[in-house]
Amino acid sequence: MKTAVTEPRWLRWLLIALALGFLALNLALPLIVVFAEAFRKGADAYLAAIRDPEALTALRLTLTVAAIAVPLNIVFGLAASWAIAKFDFRGKALLVTLIDLPFSVSPVVAGLIYVLLFGMQGWFGPWLRDHDVQIIFAVPGLVLATLFITFPFVARELIPLMEEQGREEEEAALSLGASGWATFRRVTLPNIRWGLLYGVLLCNARAMGEFGAVSVVSGHIRGKTNTLPLHIEILYNEYNFVAAFAVATLLAGLALVTLVVKSFLEWRYAEQLAGHGA
Amino acid sequence: MRWLIRSALAAGALAMALPTLAAPVTLLNVSYDPTRELYRSVNAGFARDWQAKTGQAVTINQSHGGSGKQARSVIDGLEADVVTLALSGDIDEIAARSQLVAPNWQGRLPYKSTPYWSTIVFLVRKGNPKQIRDWDDLVKPGVSVLTPNPKTGGGARWNFLAAWGYAQKTYGTPAAAQDFVRKLYAQVPVLDSGARGATTNFAERGLGDVLITWENEAQLAARELGAGRFEIVVPSVSIRTEPSVAVVDKVVDRRGTRKVAEAYLAYLYTPAAQELIARNGYRPRDAAVAQRYAARFPQLQLFDIDRNFGGWKKAQATFFADGAVFDRIYTPGPR
Repeated sequence: MKTAVTEPRWLRWLLIALALGFLALNLALPLIVVFAEAFRKGADAYLAAIRDPEALTALRLTLTVAAIAVPLNIVFGLAASWAIAKFDFRGKALLVTLIDLPFSVSPVVAGLIYVLLFGMQGWFGPWLRDHDVQIIFAVPGLVLATLFITFPFVARELIPLMEEQGREEEEAALSLGASGWATFRRVTLPNIRWGLLYGVLLCNARAMGEFGAVSVVSGHIRGKTNTLPLHIEILYNEYNFVAAFAVATLLAGLALVTLVVKSFLEWRYAEQLAGHGA
Repeated sequence: MRWLIRSALAAGALAMALPTLAAPVTLLNVSYDPTRELYRSVNAGFARDWQAKTGQAVTINQSHGGSGKQARSVIDGLEADVVTLALSGDIDEIAARSQLVAPNWQGRLPYKSTPYWSTIVFLVRKGNPKQIRDWDDLVKPGVSVLTPNPKTGGGARWNFLAAWGYAQKTYGTPAAAQDFVRKLYAQVPVLDSGARGATTNFAERGLGDVLITWENEAQLAARELGAGRFEIVVPSVSIRTEPSVAVVDKVVDRRGTRKVAEAYLAYLYTPAAQELIARNGYRPRDAAVAQRYAARFPQLQLFDIDRNFGGWKKAQATFFADGAVFDRIYTPGPR
C-alpha cells in the first residue's frame, strides 16, 4: 500500500525541525529574554516597576484606548464588509482600497494627519483651542490614531469570508419575510462569528501594541499620555532596563490573555467551528 | 455682640489659613532629551519649596524628546507651561511660529534665560582603543562616530557647530570647515533623532567608536551604565552650550498658572537647584556651587554661539535650514 506522504523521513523531520527552530528563535526566545531581563534584579524590583504610578497609568491608558477603538472598529468593520460583500454599488472598488489605506500608509504619516488636522497650526486647531477641546497630545488623539491604524483588521478578515459565503442565505431569509436586522443577526452573524473573532483579536493586539502613530500624537507626557509601548521606550532610554522589560511583560501578558481567550473559545465551540468550517 | 466679633475673627483667621487649602496645580515642562534625571530631582525640590511657601501642592509633568521635535510639538499645541529646551533657537522658533512665547523671553531671566550650561565632549569605550584625543581623530579612516540628527536634536546642532568651529579655527576657511564636517558625517552610521537615542545606540547596542554628546549626558552614561565601561575625552576646544528656559505665555495665561510657572523657572537659579544641576553634570551659574564642583568640570577653550556664529537665528539659517550646509554635506545611506 502506498502512503499519501512521499517525502523521505529525514526530509520530513528536517522540515519540522526547521519550523520549530524558527519559532523558537523568533517567538519563544524573545519572550524568554523579556521575562529574564524583567526579573534580573529579582521579584521586588519587578513588582516595584509594575506598581509605579506611571506604569499603571500607561496600562490604564492602553486598555482605555483599546476599549474605545476596538468596539468602534467592530461596528465599522461589520458595516463595511456587509456593504461590500452583500451589495453592489458604484465606487465599491474605491471603498475596498480606502479600507486598505491604513495598511499601506506608514503609521507616522497616520499620526501626522491628525496633527495637521487638529494641531494648533492645523485646520481645526485654533477653533478647538478656543473651545477648550484638546485632541492631539491628549487621549482623544491617541484613540483617533489607534482607530485609524486598526481600522482594516475586522473588515479585512470579514470581506473574503462574506464574499465566499455568498448572498443566498440572506436572500432566502429576506424572501421568507425576515427583516434586515433579523437577517443580519440570525443568518449573517452566526456564519461569520469566527472570522469576526479573529478580526477582533488582531485589532485588539494591534491597538494595544501600536507605537508609531501614537508616538506622533502623544506628546509623551509622563503619567498622562504615554501608552504602554511609549512608556517602555522611555524607560529603556532612561537606562532603566529592568523597569522597561517589566512593563514589557505587562504588554506580553495582555497578548497572552488574548491568545488564551481565543484558544478557549475555539475549544469550547469546537463542534460548531467544525460544522461551519470558518 | 462679643461672639459675633469672635466668630468674625475666627472667619478671618480661617480665610488667612485658606491658602494652605489651595487647589493642587499641575505644570507641564516640555524639555529636551537628556534632562530627565535633572528635572526629576529639580521637580521634587521645587514641589517641596512651593508647598512650604504657599501651601499649594504642585505636580510637574514632564515630556522629553529631541529639542527641535519638542518645540514642534509645542507649536502644534502641546500645552507646555514651561519649555526647557536645548538651545535658544528652538524657543525663538516657538515665539516666531506660534506667538505662544513673547519675543523678548530671553531677557526675562538671568544669563539670557539659561540657568545652567554645558559643553560638548566625546565618550569612548574603555581604554580608548581608537586613541581619540581631539576632533581630528574623529575623521580618521575606520573611526565610526555617533551623533544625532541636527534637524531634530538640539545637542546634535551643538555637536555640529563645535566640529565646525574646530575646523574653521584649525584650517582657516569655511570651505575647509565644510570639508571637515562632510568627512565627519560620512563616518556616522546612524543619525538618531535625539541625544538619548544616540547614547543608547552607543552604550547598549555597541554601535560606534565614539559618541559626540553633551558633557552632562557623557557623565550620566559613564556613571549609570557601569563604571569603567566608558571614558570621557575632553577635546582641545569645544562650544559653550546654553540650554534655555521660558514660560509659555499664552498657555500659562489661559490656564492661570503664570505665578507658579515663573516661580518654577526662578527656582532653577537658587543655590539649592544649582546644587542639583551640578550634581547632574550640568555646569551651574552660581559661583559658589561652581567652585564646589570645579573638579568635575574641566576648563577648556570654548566657542560662543553669539560671538562665533552670530547667534542661533543666523546659525540655523546658515547650517540647518532646508538646503543649507548640513543638507549639502550629508547624504544618508551607504556611501
